[in-house]
Amino acid sequence: MAANRYNGFTDLGIGIGLRVPHYRHILSKKPTCDWFEIISENYMADGGRPLEVLDDILEQYKVVQHGVALYLGNADRPNRQHLSKLKNLVKRTQTPFLSDHLCWGSVDGTFSHDLLPMPYTMAAAKAAARNIREVRDTVGVPICVENVSSYAEFHVSEMTEWEFLSEVVERADCGILLDVNNIYVSSQNHGFDPMEYVQNVPHHRVGQIHIAGHSKFEKYILDTHDHPVLDPVWKMYAKAIELCGPTSTLLEWDAHIPSFDEVHGEALKAKRFLERVSKSRSEAHAAAVS
Amino acid sequence: MPQPSAKSPRIGAQSADEFRELQWMTLSAIIRPLTSGFKMQPAWTDGRPTRAVIAKFIKPNERLSSFERLEIYNRQYWFRVLDCLYEDYPGLRAILGETKFRRLRIAYLEKYPSASFTLRDLGSRLEQFLIERPELTHPHHQMALDMARFEWAQVVAFDGQALPALAVDDLLGVDPTKLRLQLQPYLTLLDLGYPLDDFVIGLKKRDAALRSEASNAMDLSECPSNSQKTPPVRRPPKKRIFLAVHRFENALYYKRLEPQAYQLLTALRNGATLADACNLAVDGGDNSAGEIAAQISAWFKSWAGLGWFCKAVGERGRPRPGPGRGHPGSSDNVKQTLMKRLPQKQLRRKTKRSTS
Repeated sequence: MAANRYNGFTDLGIGIGLRVPHYRHILSKKPTCDWFEIISENYMADGGRPLEVLDDILEQYKVVQHGVALYLGNADRPNRQHLSKLKNLVKRTQTPFLSDHLCWGSVDGTFSHDLLPMPYTMAAAKAAARNIREVRDTVGVPICVENVSSYAEFHVSEMTEWEFLSEVVERADCGILLDVNNIYVSSQNHGFDPMEYVQNVPHHRVGQIHIAGHSKFEKYILDTHDHPVLDPVWKMYAKAIELCGPTSTLLEWDAHIPSFDEVHGEALKAKRFLERVSKSRSEAHAAAVS
Repeated sequence: MPQPSAKSPRIGAQSADEFRELQWMTLSAIIRPLTSGFKMQPAWTDGRPTRAVIAKFIKPNERLSSFERLEIYNRQYWFRVLDCLYEDYPGLRAILGETKFRRLRIAYLEKYPSASFTLRDLGSRLEQFLIERPELTHPHHQMALDMARFEWAQVVAFDGQALPALAVDDLLGVDPTKLRLQLQPYLTLLDLGYPLDDFVIGLKKRDAALRSEASNAMDLSECPSNSQKTPPVRRPPKKRIFLAVHRFENALYYKRLEPQAYQLLTALRNGATLADACNLAVDGGDNSAGEIAAQISAWFKSWAGLGWFCKAVGERGRPRPGPGRGHPGSSDNVKQTLMKRLPQKQLRRKTKRSTS
């Protein structure tokens, strides 16, 4: 696995998102799972059942925090109260690193509750890098930023999305959570080659990979996370781990959620790709040594 | 709802200020209410065609216009926030009916868009809004207002802060004229004009057979799930009740309170000393001093057992929670303490009243 300083030097394996419909199964059956990803905001409560469940999970499993509301690409700076709550949660979970999206979502304290696409400009890259550094310095763990799926683009963009992502992570000196499903969704909505995206991000910064399902509509593709992973996304995943090395991988399934076993089984399909890459890397290494 | 400026926005995003203005412009478009057909509004706030405004900053592609691309986000926003209130306020929905409730949600979110990173807080200003706009809930305004308070209390009880709890024995030996008890932040005390607890329990029983699993799925091929009709239910008759909405072992509960118990707890929450709070309860009832002392003792045993009391902040000589200070079962001790500690003047007055 690609353990690096962006993911806290962790080799986590294959995980799934911790979701409410699976709580009972996980807590009672204690199924095998390499790790769980939690949505940070779901556990940034002051008390009650969410934290009780989280503590039970933490006793049994490795957990990595993934956020949906830091809005690292906001023109505004991160909210201090939000960061304080996040820091408390980081202490509780001992997450080796933290991820959130390279997007924006609020202005002046008004929230969209969506992962809105960035204008790919230098001013936006600077603001995002500033925010990422501020979050990392506050919570004290490495940060990986995730590329989002999007349905709109701004006229003002002056670079490609992968150039923008690269610019931000270099400026912030942070990692990437590469969501290959999001790349695919955006590529279909905006008409670019998804493989070109995968080939052109700084691979040494990729700390984790997301895979998921999506839904195709007449004029666009929507990132619904309610299906198994589709073939084009598996192909991109194979390419990504070929370039980045075997990397911690997480399956997202957020709507019409089937049984734990079905979700976990879908995630474990990533294993054959990881094993194939590991094998070919070992063979290449052996050949180079001999 | 925030309004974008009528002047042509600077939409370059080449500088930090322009970047900020572009985000503000985009957000303004996304949070504008949809038409009745779930579409983006055709006219901008200043009367210009929305298409023309959006085309200035959103790129079209070969399949979708600028308007249609941003409309995806506009619809996602509204479906998400409307669904959230739909899930959090089933009682209010039942009182108002689907159409009125939808109108209310839109008006509320237009006036008070989300101001928190979490959708959990979306209803935090609903009570205030209902007071501001009574016509939206007419002719059931008071019932709707009560229900909004009751349902927000449930949100608070679910995951509100819990402070270290005090046991009954922690109160022994403490001077009640100086003791101020704090109530758990997750506990809400309600004075309601209608028996809404029974009403909501009835709704839950009705819905059990109808309910499908809640989902965060965003499927734009369909209207939001909340357009589905549910059978109407009879609104409750007017009857004043006092309610504590709380949690115990992380499960949500509603507990009916007697009027004096509500008075006592409310006084404690407002910062009264234990003695003053008890006096209020004594004054509010017709029982003898002995009866009221026994009653208060029983209440305290129950409330402490439920973990409602917690450390007050900044109070000298306050009790401290912790092991080794007994358990919350010794109601006789509490009764004795209360009998002993209730100001004698009050005891006498009470005795007098009960014998006259």
